[in-house]
Amino acid sequence: MDKTVCIGSGAGFAGDRFDAAVPVVNTLKAHDGPRYLIYEVMGERTLAIAQKLKRQNPNAGFSPWLEKYLPEVLVSCLKNNIRIVANFGNANPRAAAQKTHEIAAALGVQGLRVAVVLGDDLLEYSDAASVLTATPIEGTELGTDPQAVHAANAYLGAAPVAAALDLGVNVVLVGRSTDAALVLGPLLHEYRWQPDDYDRLACGTVAGHLLECGGQITGGYFADPGFKDVPALHELGFPLIEVDALGTVVVSKAGHTGGVVNRATVTEQLLYEVHDPQAYLTPDVIVDITSVELEELDDNRVRVTGARGAAPPSTLKVTVSVDGGWLAEAEISYAGINALARAQLAADTVKGRLKSLSIAQPCRIELLGTGAVHDNDQSARVTQSNQQFSLHGEFRVRVAFRCNDQNTAQRVADEVLALYCCGPAGGGGVRQSVTEQVSTASVLVDRQRIEPHVQIVEVMA
Amino acid sequence: MNNSAVTDSACVIAPVHAIAHSRSGDKGNRSNISVIAWRPSAYSILIEQLTEDRVFEAFRHKHVTAVVRYELPGLYALNFVLDNALEGGVNDGLCIDGHGKTLSSLMLGIEILVPRSEIAADYPYLRGPYLPG
Repeated sequence: MDKTVCIGSGAGFAGDRFDAAVPVVNTLKAHDGPRYLIYEVMGERTLAIAQKLKRQNPNAGFSPWLEKYLPEVLVSCLKNNIRIVANFGNANPRAAAQKTHEIAAALGVQGLRVAVVLGDDLLEYSDAASVLTATPIEGTELGTDPQAVHAANAYLGAAPVAAALDLGVNVVLVGRSTDAALVLGPLLHEYRWQPDDYDRLACGTVAGHLLECGGQITGGYFADPGFKDVPALHELGFPLIEVDALGTVVVSKAGHTGGVVNRATVTEQLLYEVHDPQAYLTPDVIVDITSVELEELDDNRVRVTGARGAAPPSTLKVTVSVDGGWLAEAEISYAGINALARAQLAADTVKGRLKSLSIAQPCRIELLGTGAVHDNDQSARVTQSNQQFSLHGEFRVRVAFRCNDQNTAQRVADEVLALYCCGPAGGGGVRQSVTEQVSTASVLVDRQRIEPHVQIVEVMA
Repeated sequence: MNNSAVTDSACVIAPVHAIAHSRSGDKGNRSNISVIAWRPSAYSILIEQLTEDRVFEAFRHKHVTAVVRYELPGLYALNFVLDNALEGGVNDGLCIDGHGKTLSSLMLGIEILVPRSEIAADYPYLRGPYLPG
């Protein structure tokens, strides 16, 4: 039988630990067969913000996490023939490739070959007006002004990633692709699964779905002390998967690390961000995960089989980004004797000020520590419930406000700051932020209109 | 709390947490919350009691507009999809948890009736025996 393909995860979101990939690479080195390392760092928000940065500077708009993650492992990956597939590209895969070359040069690495997947950015080859007429499926109301559209990026599938690997490069950088494509791409490259081999594609997509969130399958985002205990979260081991030519997947984790892989961790990740489990839509295949079977093998190893596939949709999902105005958030704490009453007075004081200033945009004023995180925007649940809070506990007043101009947003945040001297006794620990927002919507675009392609990026002379 | 009078087959009022675990994720203004039984025998309790209506009630105050439940008997799991659960979602909402990451814990706090034998002997968060009538 062929050697299995082993793929490890170095990051599951932009914010994961900078050095999580190091034990993964050490484990990959020992694998007898093709080896890959993936990084998944893109979100809808990060992409929209990156598009704005790119417009200001043509060399910007890729993921800044590239510079934190790659220096940790690049030398070792090259030496051990571990190929890297990552979506560090964000809005600008070419610039990400240049930065990768710079990192390699600084590390003294010679002869690194980097390819990028392009074509997800619709605004590079089609106009914004046509995006606005596409079928919306979720998200914010887009309106009719093409000038308001900052970005329109299609979710590409695994085929372009495989095509990039066919070029023999060490690193493949993509922009907007499905997260699972980072895994299915290498599997297509290695096993030459055909576009209509739907069950195989489904197994590879499930493999990607399981791996894409990094430590979320090895005990991260899982622990519930006393009920779901996870050893050594401070040294959480990131996952690896081995996949054979039939699509059988074995999930494990990096050696000599904390964390856990079992039926429970795998099931939680299998259903993560899934809607209809019989029809998980991707550009490559529609996956039915209700037929998936899990089997716990030896320590921290789970076998995953049985995913079924069907022909993919004729449309691709495109994320469209428009201005989202400004978000102001500010908080202040009250603690100790009579704290609840003081926190409530602080909240009422801000409400009074906003009324005096005729500021009536959507505003949320709440008392963290009373159940507010699970409450609605009117604090209705806390108000109606008979929950008893210690009158003398500690509470954090939070004000969140959104509007279209920065100055008004800042003014609201400053009203919380002003509580230091104008509010109730003993308020402390004010923190505030005023940040520019993007709103997004998803639309469906005929896949014939999307033009994925691959390019090798040489070191700039 | 003294549950010593409760026999193994008698039901107690327990949070879903006593027999299942959960994870939530988001897409836009929609939340998906999985509920996974620890044991196959607990799956049928979830099927019977953790209905779309029951979940809708628990999340009604969040202005949820629809709840759909998908069943995965092979994995002893349910997958709930809650429309408009995130007050606009991570891009548009004002809720501190715009992703709804914490909603799995709200789900696990829903109280149902569970035979005492289905729950670990030392499970600490039972509200008490169920006394019909």
